[in-house]
Amino acid sequence: MTRKLLLEHIQVPDIHTFDVYRKHGGYRAIEKVLKGMSPDDVVEEVKKSGLRGRGGAGFPTGMKWSFLAKPEGKSRYLVCNADESEPGTFKDRYLMTYLPHLLIEGMIVSSFALGAKVSYIYVRGEMMPQIRILEKAIAEARNAGFLGKNILGSGYDLELYVQPGGGAYICGEETALIESLEGKRGLPRIKPPFPAISGLWACPTVVNNVESIAAVVPIINDGGDEYAKRGNGRSTGTKLISASGNLMKPGVYEIELGLPVEEFIYSDEYCGGIANGKRLKAVVAGGSSVPILPANLILKTTSGENRLMTYESLSDGGFQTGTMLGSGGFIAFDEDACIVRNTWNFARFYHHESCGQCSPCREGTGWMEKVLHRLEYGHGQMSDIDLLLDVSKKIEGNTICPLGDAAAWPVASAIRHFRDEFEWHVTHPKEAMERNYGLANYANPLSQTMQNVYQK
Amino acid sequence: MSEKVKITIDGITVEVEPGTTILNAARQIGGDIVPPAMCYYSKLEGSGGKCRTCLVKVSKGSEKDPRPMPKLVASCRTGVMDGMEVQNITSPEVIEARKGIVEFLLINHPLDCPICDQAGECDLQNLGYEHGAADTRYEFDRRTFEKIDIGDKIQLHMTRCILCYRCVFTADQLTNNRVHGILGRGDASEISTYIQQSITNDFSGNVIDVCPVGALTDKTFRFKNRVWFTKPVDAHRDCPTCKGKVALWYKGEEVLRVTGRKDQYGEVEDFICNACRFDHKKTSDWVIEGPRHIDRTSVISSNHYETLQPLPVIQKNKTLMEANKVEFERTKKI
Repeated sequence: MTRKLLLEHIQVPDIHTFDVYRKHGGYRAIEKVLKGMSPDDVVEEVKKSGLRGRGGAGFPTGMKWSFLAKPEGKSRYLVCNADESEPGTFKDRYLMTYLPHLLIEGMIVSSFALGAKVSYIYVRGEMMPQIRILEKAIAEARNAGFLGKNILGSGYDLELYVQPGGGAYICGEETALIESLEGKRGLPRIKPPFPAISGLWACPTVVNNVESIAAVVPIINDGGDEYAKRGNGRSTGTKLISASGNLMKPGVYEIELGLPVEEFIYSDEYCGGIANGKRLKAVVAGGSSVPILPANLILKTTSGENRLMTYESLSDGGFQTGTMLGSGGFIAFDEDACIVRNTWNFARFYHHESCGQCSPCREGTGWMEKVLHRLEYGHGQMSDIDLLLDVSKKIEGNTICPLGDAAAWPVASAIRHFRDEFEWHVTHPKEAMERNYGLANYANPLSQTMQNVYQK
Repeated sequence: MSEKVKITIDGITVEVEPGTTILNAARQIGGDIVPPAMCYYSKLEGSGGKCRTCLVKVSKGSEKDPRPMPKLVASCRTGVMDGMEVQNITSPEVIEARKGIVEFLLINHPLDCPICDQAGECDLQNLGYEHGAADTRYEFDRRTFEKIDIGDKIQLHMTRCILCYRCVFTADQLTNNRVHGILGRGDASEISTYIQQSITNDFSGNVIDVCPVGALTDKTFRFKNRVWFTKPVDAHRDCPTCKGKVALWYKGEEVLRVTGRKDQYGEVEDFICNACRFDHKKTSDWVIEGPRHIDRTSVISSNHYETLQPLPVIQKNKTLMEANKVEFERTKKI
């Protein structure tokens, strides 16, 4: 990879302090914007860059900004969603820990573009160190005149606040986040109205992920067209990937979208292959809520092409044989991993994090967890597998917010691709307690498995 | 008012005011096509959208934008658009989803109808009969809670609750200070008062009326009788706090309980005060207006009114006619 955009100076000592960050070209974007661009120019630049939301849904950020209603006499808000709690995703925490000023710079530029006078960074409650880092960084930026009244003599005022959340996964859903920010229970609102019309305190609000906001800085510095040259097709720019699981070198990597998945896993520049000489069994490509794929499907699409790290390529084949880029929580499982146990673990998480507002998610997630627990511990029946599929289908799409879908997809996809392993847990309960199912044929070239599994 | 909009639900077209929800448009048509609603309550602002039983399929968004909506939508919270086409009972997808929702609502419900005061006028019971499956696939322990007295007149039995949030909205909107809400998260959430504080407000008794199941019950009526043995009668009194329009539930000469007048969707006409509900249980307190209409299909109408006539199945079968001879003669005497 040529040049990193977000993590360019991550190796510089003390880059988290204002002076060092400034010396390495920090806060250039603010000078550029406040001294010669109108808010609409900034929005236009972000639109040109083709930046897509990095929180999971991948909605174009520039488009989201242009949807913001601008009624007279009503204030507008920008809220940064730093409630990162998806299992497998830890890029935002990394960014906030080491490059807090990048986020603050992005917040100032984005707030200016949206005309927000007050902006919030809603940080997950467990991230106390990051909250302190951000608050210190905000104080530094204020002392240097980049926050507060009349920033750099441009007449633009901005107040930036850090709000710790209570540590609930559901508060990463934008309307639940807004409710929580207002001081209420973090329950997702029923849409419409969307936050762009009526969000925080019934005012137009934009909620963006940490990484999306940070990505605005290089877009302004280099220009939207320059940013759009990076990446592949409609997936422009770079993306932070949190690689975890049984990899040689897990961690946060900034990749250029369009990198082949195979290269990401095996090249020494990135993850360096699977640890302990094991073989790859499965991958969750974008955080726990996206469908899990076996090794053969994550490396190649059904048409035999290399799968790339882009929004489009990962979702090639739909839910039948594809997955999603999501928030970039890349979890690799080697041949020793038990998919049933992993699915149960994910289901347990969603059961615990369901807000309890709407019935399919409240009751269904708990039910799935119990059935999976039974399967994992050798008390399952064959009918349980179809029961799980049926329950997941009845949750999916019938809930207020996407948490229901997020809970249903991992279960449905695990059964779709790893049905053999689930059945083995039923037929060999004793063995299943002692050893794992192993790799089986999940890494075999697709042509062999295609006929019997995916063309039913 | 601006011009009316046209909406077609299951092939029946109706003109409604703009801003009406699909559910209320369906209620204007009436009959089978009205989606069931467990959490929506037209008199409580902000209610609805939670239980998901009222999901419908929008097969055509509007005249301007005819694309169908990608997911099933909650009809109680989705506004109508001109030219919208909605499928409720004509869509197998909706029927299937609704069956799932009913199953979800029932997996943690104790199904203690035989000892529940709400049985016979329970929305969940009706929903289960109409849309549910006959058996359950849930084989685990059900969620249970201790019974809690909230105030001296209301008992909360959280085990039966389906978390529709109606009582929370009632406590928010009818009473001046909020003492009642949800604790916990997910399937561990429960309706509760602040540190088991009692509810003392004049209108707190309405939480009983809005409860679609038997989670909030009237302690002055608890275990007194089954609702289908009682006869509802409309009555009113000159009440200083509320409008005083109630339904009295008689067993013989005795008034067993007082409730608001519920319409066919289980919604009360007017919220009544606690004095009317709990303290005035003598016929002399009230001006009787006449018997309340009871739906023929309601279990409350068994034992009296319409079903005094022998059921059609008995009339056709000679053996059954013979077996029920005594009953028939008694009926004739009345």
